[in-house]
Amino acid sequence: MAIQSPSIDLGGTISVLLGRSGVSRGYWQSVGRRLRRDPVTLICAAILILLVAAALLAPWLGLADPYKTSMLRRLNPIGSPNNLLGTDELGRDMLARLIYGGRLSLFMGVTPVACALLIGGFLGIAAGFLGGRVNMAIMRTMDVFYAFPSVLLAISLSGAMGAGAENTLLALSLVFIPPICRVSESVTTQVRGFDFVDAAKASGASTLAIVRVHVLGNVLGPILVYATSLISVAIILAAGLSFLGLGVKPPEPEWGLMLNTLRQAIYVNPVLAALPGVMIFITSICFNLMSDGLRAAMDVKA
Amino acid sequence: MLLYALRRFVYLIPVAFGVSLLVFGLVHLAPGDPISAIVPPDAPKEVVDKLKEYYGFDQPLPVQYLRWLGVTLTGDLGTSIGTGRSVATEVATAFGNTIILAIAATTLAFSLAVVLGTAAAYAKSRLVDRLVTLISLVGVSVPHFWLAIVLVIIFAVELGALPPMGIGPENSTGWRLDRAHLAHMVLPTIALSVIPLGVVTRTVRSTIKETLSMEFVTALQAKGMSDIRILRHVLKNAAPTCLAVMGLQAGNLIGGSILIETVFAWPGTGFLLNSAIFRRDLPILQGTTLVLAFFFMMLNLTVDVIQTMVDPRIKRG
Repeated sequence: MAIQSPSIDLGGTISVLLGRSGVSRGYWQSVGRRLRRDPVTLICAAILILLVAAALLAPWLGLADPYKTSMLRRLNPIGSPNNLLGTDELGRDMLARLIYGGRLSLFMGVTPVACALLIGGFLGIAAGFLGGRVNMAIMRTMDVFYAFPSVLLAISLSGAMGAGAENTLLALSLVFIPPICRVSESVTTQVRGFDFVDAAKASGASTLAIVRVHVLGNVLGPILVYATSLISVAIILAAGLSFLGLGVKPPEPEWGLMLNTLRQAIYVNPVLAALPGVMIFITSICFNLMSDGLRAAMDVKA
Repeated sequence: MLLYALRRFVYLIPVAFGVSLLVFGLVHLAPGDPISAIVPPDAPKEVVDKLKEYYGFDQPLPVQYLRWLGVTLTGDLGTSIGTGRSVATEVATAFGNTIILAIAATTLAFSLAVVLGTAAAYAKSRLVDRLVTLISLVGVSVPHFWLAIVLVIIFAVELGALPPMGIGPENSTGWRLDRAHLAHMVLPTIALSVIPLGVVTRTVRSTIKETLSMEFVTALQAKGMSDIRILRHVLKNAAPTCLAVMGLQAGNLIGGSILIETVFAWPGTGFLLNSAIFRRDLPILQGTTLVLAFFFMMLNLTVDVIQTMVDPRIKRG
């Protein structure tokens, strides 16, 4: 669950792009073609789409009510007649809760990365492009956040702010801004040093046009690939916070929280108690493999 | 070299200042005021005011910060609101327990990772390479607190072979080097080592593969040097990159052990932090976070300096 900050070498991407203004359509077509020929990435994407679709369409799938408790049917084993995956410690249907759980678990993992991508990406590109004092101010501030191990930062922040989904989202976004900012800054600085930026400047392009076409066109790909590699970390971290009781509050179905409340059942029905973790594991593996596939297809060396 | 280390250290001072601001700010992120955690809601106003004055919460924020900073710099982290004991003592005891676990987990993870990663990079058969890649994928993808629960289910509940939680037998007061205490360490160590194992295996494999494709390896082979001796050259070249990742992982492991310590009720910093959060014991929360962040900074500095010592190609300062 540790965030790795890779040193991204743009050489590969740029050599593909050189001589064109920004990323041409041909480049994205070749990325798409390479992705379509990658069975692992395709399978992972299919699983993730299935998970998301099931979570979104859960009310129409004919599932049991994920909130309905039953004192008589507590901790029923897997394969019970009415409850395919058994029931939890309050007699709620596990299958329904696992599928509904995807809503919050996926949302809590993807949203912080998306927020951090917007904020961290903006700050990093600004720091890289403007350089000088702005760069100094932004990057030294990020260094302060880098002085904390990521999990510690997330837990201390959400611990201080108190439990709740909003606070978890806020804490996680703060955790992911510095790494995205650092990567954005380093790729932007690299791009700024390429000759085509000087050429554009010399031919009278406005700063806005240079940023939009030459800088954004070349840095967004690598930044995006890096951000996707953080999603799996974010999902595990969000589930971890809920597991500690710092995230989503009961009775909401959420995989981390379910793992927590089912811990009391490990002596009664151990397989059942481990199920929510399997969902987290599958999701995180798929996101990791997809990010690897995307990186290979886009030829970003990390 | 010494000059470089010194310069890096001086550079850490503004960062440490920022860290102290952030840790101080933690208390004020909290909803309500820090006193409300220890007094009942119907307490008379005079009592609340007295307590505020005692803890210094009645002062303006910048004054509170400077006061706190001054006291903290002398090594005094305040008193726990929950237990009334010194925060420094509580954190020190917990930190010792965390370090013991961390040393065991990093030793296991790093040695296994170097062997697996090197094997995968050298492997002629795709199967070995695939297997090692799979191990590192699982390592970086598995929710380690879930793995901890699964380990407890298998080895403690089903097989009854290992104790499910605690640092030692019931009347144990602290860690000792004996059979019972070591048995309590096995499961948490494994659970903690999966992430660094995954990450470091990945790094070792790709770095060694890259080094193997360098021209000097072919030159050494052409000279007729034995494979074992070539391996030594390869490892030496791959070491700096791997060391950097290992350092980061070791720090993250110590900061991130909170989930594992909670599952196993291991009385380390993570466990302390977790219970402090739920008792709303803000001085403990602050103290633990500060000590861990400080340790992380020092660790990163050390790794950075070691890296420059090992790798003459890096000329810094």
